[in-house]
Amino acid sequence: MHEMSLMESVVEIACETAISHGARGIRTIRLDVGKLSHVDPDALLFCYDAVRRGSLAEGAELEINRVAGEGWCLDCAKAVPLEERFGACPECGQYHVQMTAGDELKIRDLEVI
Amino acid sequence: MCTVCGCGEDPAIEKADGTKGHIHEHHHHHHAHDHDHDHDHAHDHVHGEDGSVHYGNGIAGVHVPGMSQEKIIQVERDILSKNDRLAAANRAALHARGIFALNFVSSPGSGKTTLLTRMISDLKERIEITVIEGDQQTSHDAMRIREAGARAVQINTGKGCHLDAHMVGHAIEDLEPAEGSVLFIENVGNLVCPAAFDLGEAHKVAVLSVTEGEDKPLKYPDMFAAADIMVLNKADLLPHLDFNTALCIGNALRVNPRLQTFVVSARTGEGMEALYAWLETSAARLAHARVA
Repeated sequence: MHEMSLMESVVEIACETAISHGARGIRTIRLDVGKLSHVDPDALLFCYDAVRRGSLAEGAELEINRVAGEGWCLDCAKAVPLEERFGACPECGQYHVQMTAGDELKIRDLEVI
Repeated sequence: MCTVCGCGEDPAIEKADGTKGHIHEHHHHHHAHDHDHDHDHAHDHVHGEDGSVHYGNGIAGVHVPGMSQEKIIQVERDILSKNDRLAAANRAALHARGIFALNFVSSPGSGKTTLLTRMISDLKERIEITVIEGDQQTSHDAMRIREAGARAVQINTGKGCHLDAHMVGHAIEDLEPAEGSVLFIENVGNLVCPAAFDLGEAHKVAVLSVTEGEDKPLKYPDMFAAADIMVLNKADLLPHLDFNTALCIGNALRVNPRLQTFVVSARTGEGMEALYAWLETSAARLAHARVA
């Protein structure tokens, strides 16, 4: 359950950012979470409920934007969709694919009041 | 442009990464005050601690149809950026003192502690080794390490499933490893979570035992992708198992083509010399890089 530490970090960064902008509260936190990253969005939401209490983000909604996986196939020399982190190229079946998207794990923006 | 008073508002703000971004802020006029705020008229604005005043906050503010009073702050920061910053500080501090740090990760029961005690007993005359032990509970492992002849600090993570750079930073301060020495960090037994947390180590070392199955690198790819070294432990049991070593290494290389593998038995000592040769040359190279 490293989602707990991740969400603690999210709430910490969000609150610091909100305070530095003179906000009184946070309405929404938006995350980009890649489909190939090592976290489970449901677990993030579950942990978020636990860690936001008593913080500036207490009433804030958490929106998780899933970023689809994409890779560069060295054999086909083009970008291809990637279903799993170390999966094969859907066109040629080879594993010579470098992941280019889908590993995201970041706070995109905040809506504050 | 503000539709209420006609003022132009499109302030640029500095984002966390230092680049300029824009906040879409609506009708928050900022006036810096240098007088006391003891006037007695009714307020519809909030005095911020930094001297700024926010009008239009909440229900007393101006409402413009179709526009909300929220503002969007672009953050664009990695969730792990805090940990990564602390890890970079650990790495710089270790590097400055020529300390070669390895972060040992594995599932529980792969023989990490046995591997470390073996390495300490075999190497203690040649290099100084200190150990940071991570477990959810108990200090059994730190005691085993101390019995083998190395100084050790135990971190109990409680509920935590991994060590993070903050815990390890404090443990390094407590441990005070000597210049040019080797630091082993034994992470919590878990093949998932510790992959995401950089501690400032030179390399992650994934320990896999041959009793676990050849497909572990495919089942838990994050860890084998994050590691630079795989130690295949309990090799003395190979004659009794249907474990295909080449297939296991092949699976691991599919996930991480740069992964270097050592096949060892911490119990019998088989294969350990190759690991020691790698460890000693890598540690010496790091110590000399500092001098050069």
